[in-house]
Amino acid sequence: MTALLEVEDLHVEFRTRDGVARVLNGVGYHVDAGETLAVLGESGSGKSVTAQTVMGILDTPPAYVMRGAVRFHGEDLLSATAERRREVRGEGIAMIFQDALSALNPVFTVGFQIEEQLRLRRGMSRSEARKRAVELLDLVRIPHARQRVREYPHQFSGGMRQRAMIAMSLALDPEVLIADEPTTALDVTVQAQIMDLLAEIQRERHMGLVLITHDLGVVAEVADRIVVMYAGRIVEQADAVSLFRSPGHPYTEALMKSLPRLDAKGTTLDTIKGLPPSLLRIPPGCPFHPRCPRAEAVCSVDVPPQERLGFGRTSACHFAEEVLNG
Amino acid sequence: MGFYVLRRLLQMVPVFLGTTFLIYALVWAVPGDPFEGKCGERDCPASYVSAMRDKFNLDDPLVVQYGKYLWNLVQGDFGQTSSGLLVGERIATAFPVTLRLALVALLIEAVIGITAGVVSGLRNRGFLDSLVLVSTLFLISIPVFVTGYVVQLVFGLQLGLISPTVTTPTFGNLIVPGFVLASLSMAYVARLSRASISENRRADYVRTALAKGLPTRRVVGVHMLRNSLIPVITFLGTDLGAFLGGAIVTEGIFNVPGVGGLVFRSILTKDGAMVTGVVTVLVLVYLLMTLLVDLLYAVLDPRIRYD
Ligand SMILES: Nc1ncnc2c1ncn2[C@@H]1O[C@H](COP(=O)(O)OP(=O)(O)OP(=O)(O)O)[C@@H](O)[C@H]1O
Ligand code: SF4
Ligand SMILES: [Mg+2]
Repeated sequence: MTALLEVEDLHVEFRTRDGVARVLNGVGYHVDAGETLAVLGESGSGKSVTAQTVMGILDTPPAYVMRGAVRFHGEDLLSATAERRREVRGEGIAMIFQDALSALNPVFTVGFQIEEQLRLRRGMSRSEARKRAVELLDLVRIPHARQRVREYPHQFSGGMRQRAMIAMSLALDPEVLIADEPTTALDVTVQAQIMDLLAEIQRERHMGLVLITHDLGVVAEVADRIVVMYAGRIVEQADAVSLFRSPGHPYTEALMKSLPRLDAKGTTLDTIKGLPPSLLRIPPGCPFHPRCPRAEAVCSVDVPPQERLGFGRTSACHFAEEVLNG
Repeated sequence: MGFYVLRRLLQMVPVFLGTTFLIYALVWAVPGDPFEGKCGERDCPASYVSAMRDKFNLDDPLVVQYGKYLWNLVQGDFGQTSSGLLVGERIATAFPVTLRLALVALLIEAVIGITAGVVSGLRNRGFLDSLVLVSTLFLISIPVFVTGYVVQLVFGLQLGLISPTVTTPTFGNLIVPGFVLASLSMAYVARLSRASISENRRADYVRTALAKGLPTRRVVGVHMLRNSLIPVITFLGTDLGAFLGGAIVTEGIFNVPGVGGLVFRSILTKDGAMVTGVVTVLVLVYLLMTLLVDLLYAVLDPRIRYD
């Protein structure tokens, strides 16, 4: 069975003044209809770049896709025409961004920004599109949608703005929604509301949801499956329940230890030592070895392959089995 | 908004009084005989001088003189020159010419400047971009009187494509002077649009518009342009205010019978009444233009609110 959206062996590099940054080094994941995939990883690990490659909105230059495939219903998008890619955007795969204030155009009303897709892509008249825009704002539970549709993004509160962005992304009824840290810029209480809304919409519409996040707490609640990224690679991939029960990669292990825990109040957080590697000079062997508490001689020489751990789990570690079994 | 406009208009009153008083004082209260040279080689006869001193209230204290001037002004009377010409009438014939020249220059500046800026801003570091950068640098570094005389010499006298002086100020005849007047600002408009476009190119909202699957034309032509042109349009508004102040050099070179030429000639002939009159009008126009630009800004950018 072909997956709804599948990313395979993606290599992307940024050619900058300082040299070539290998930002993605073989990223692969897939998401099916009705499924929530969480993409986890430190800042700079390539989560957003992967999403932008899927959407086809990378800045080229400086970014170049060197290898790999992005398949939507089995059709490779990377080799598709620009026109075909544009068709898929919004309608097949839609995306919402972290900071809704800068992601929405400040000089157009929220309504205009929802309606333009409907008029251009669905051939709706102004009044039909307006009606649909109000319905969409209602759907994401923006109160007084009929008035608010005429307002500008800066007149919305942070949470309302993110709701408006979600409404906008749903305008063309996409099959996959990529949410790139949709709650990072928001207050904690609002974060939960937005996450609930997203989860609910995803269920109702049976969409595939790719949820990019730093927040392990969010992941635990909504994700069906999780991929963990490090230095442009997927280091671990597992269903949410078994990943939380027992991580299969030292990096995931470290991430979990760095999570503040209610049952361990007062103890210091075990944060991951050191910094992620420079993507201009990724260390040989396992890219995590300079920071890995379990590293051995082989780790700085051989790149660990994706070990299969059963039940669709994989881990890119030479000692995956040992890590998994504690 | 209405309240804001009212407040701004009220604020203009002291500014207007201050500037016009300053000009009045500079013109009428500086040391030296205001009627020197008015009667050819000889000194003016005493009867003439006393008549003139009387006409311009020169024997009153300065503040009283200014008060009388202002009182006439609010009744629409700009007064007469020493030779008896009506100042108001002269301004009324010269100002429309300047307005026409200003509009021609603004149009040229906007069309060429924005096009060059947008095209070069969209493709960083290409041949076109370098071309625009170099040619704007060229325009910025040449003084207007050089551009003016060169254009007049080459196109008017050597090639004979245009008449070197503007005899009748129709829109067509004002294209070349308008071009000269616009040349400097055109370069600034090009650079401003270029900077604004290349800044907005990487903006998050552009990425969102692309992610929505909008055609590139629309992303650039609607989303990016609408944002990038806000500073450019306000710059153009301010510039129009400056153009309306009369282009002394350009009008001088091409002999355009506008406000700039009028001021220039009046200063040369020490025609105090005319200078005060014209400058008073210009102060008013400039004050109103700045208000208009501020209002325009609020119209263009919904984030700007005046309450
Ligand atoms: N336009 C660009 N030019 C140069 N390098 C870039 C550009 N965009 C991204 N990168 C680099 O690509 C790497 C991955 O970036 P990406 O935005 O995918 O990280 P991320 O995992 O989404 O991090 P975050 O959690 O901070 O959003 C980073 O090291 C970043 O410096
Ligand atoms: S391969 Fe070695 S360095 Fe890499 S994660 Fe596994 S143990 Fe650590
Ligand atoms: Mg990111």
